[in-house]
Amino acid sequence: MTRVFAMTLTILRKDLLVEWRARAQAVALLGFAAVVLLLFSFAVGPDSTMLAKHAGGYLWLALLLASTLLLGRSLQTEVETDALEALLLAPVPPAALFYGKALANAGLLVMVALVAVPVDLAITGAGIVENPVLLALIVVLGAAGIAAPGTFYAALTARIDGRQLLLPLLLFPLVVPALLASVKATSLVMTGDPMEQLPGWIALLVCFDAIYWSLCGLLFEKVVDG
Amino acid sequence: MPIPPASAAAEEASAPGAGPPVEGAVAERAVVVQARGLSRRFGRRWALARLDLTVHAGERLLVVGANGSGKSTLLTLLSTLLAPTEGQLSLFGLDPVRDRARVRARIGMVRHAHGLYEDLSARDNLVVRARLLGRPVDVAGLLATVGLDDRVEPLRSYSAGMRKRLQLACVRLEMPDLVLLDEPFSALDPAGCADVAALVGELPGTVLIASHQVDRAAAICTRAILLDGGQLRWSGPADQAWRAWKAVQAQGAAR
Repeated sequence: MTRVFAMTLTILRKDLLVEWRARAQAVALLGFAAVVLLLFSFAVGPDSTMLAKHAGGYLWLALLLASTLLLGRSLQTEVETDALEALLLAPVPPAALFYGKALANAGLLVMVALVAVPVDLAITGAGIVENPVLLALIVVLGAAGIAAPGTFYAALTARIDGRQLLLPLLLFPLVVPALLASVKATSLVMTGDPMEQLPGWIALLVCFDAIYWSLCGLLFEKVVDG
Repeated sequence: MPIPPASAAAEEASAPGAGPPVEGAVAERAVVVQARGLSRRFGRRWALARLDLTVHAGERLLVVGANGSGKSTLLTLLSTLLAPTEGQLSLFGLDPVRDRARVRARIGMVRHAHGLYEDLSARDNLVVRARLLGRPVDVAGLLATVGLDDRVEPLRSYSAGMRKRLQLACVRLEMPDLVLLDEPFSALDPAGCADVAALVGELPGTVLIASHQVDRAAAICTRAILLDGGQLRWSGPADQAWRAWKAVQAQGAAR
């Protein structure tokens, strides 16, 4: 268990180092999320009430779309150069490989959210969030809910032609429950929670995260080293 | 699709004009690779059929054959990254499926693709590998050994020879008991080939080299096997591999 944990941290550090060295792509990802949010505002029009009401939904759709680019890239570089095989021969336990990569992807998605949230608030006019810590918690939980199944499906589709299309096709239906919980929780934080529904949505998000992270971790070996 | 007949699949098979096998000289050493009836099928095609092979500790075995003869499939099977369709394989006396992690910890491999990170420098790539090993490694010394100690730019700007040297540095870092080299001289100019040959010659342990550059590889190997259509056609001294290959090709042309 200690070895798996140590290897997980090594993979996490390695992925973050690779992203840092290729930071131009990460910057482009931030720009992509901001552009998607701008497009939503153009599509809805100048109805400020409508924009503010659905600010949470726009934020998570932008993050979900950005995640498909991020997730596809995270495994593709390793498959193209056979670095994945080199890691397996190292030998890195597949579970450590999964958790390291999923943590890195979740972290990068949170980083995208750091830019997307202020842009979302500014564009939709949702105003100042009264409880930023709670919003940060929801962003972390929601990013984790996308990153775990996303990393799993990115590995599954990495060697397939048309993976850019397949990844969102497989991922989007699976993350609907986590996405729904994230959108509802974010909206409640942004617009107020008079009925005190927030704890229920956060608990639901935690449950989905637990299911995704445990199941995908168990099955990852079959995908990369079957 | 049945496996092709085993008539030519014995390890001791030899082609006309080739010398005798050199099994006896290493028979007393520990067995590193033991394959019996090793076969691998992709779809309906048998990439490797009923291969019997024994490799002893310290041996340097050259694997030759035309494109599609099964060289890379054999090395990938020995690396445990691929499972055999049929047959038995033992590495270091261990079952590569049941003891996968223990076996892999003793194997180093250089594949067609370099297995490195394009956005990282040579040093960063070696540091990542060293961290995975979990033990202190003299990264600077290794880089100096392969002549890359002054390179700080990302790998994407390296030449094929530099990438190959870095791959060999990774293998040296891991200090494996069994080194599998798949086309180590591919895409290299003569000077690059000489550099890589010198580095391969210094590798400790058991080394298997699959290469089309028979003369170059034979100079650093003790024994050779020849694969043809996924079957073992000849086994003998490495310096006779080229003659054996030509003889097998002539036989094929005559048929």
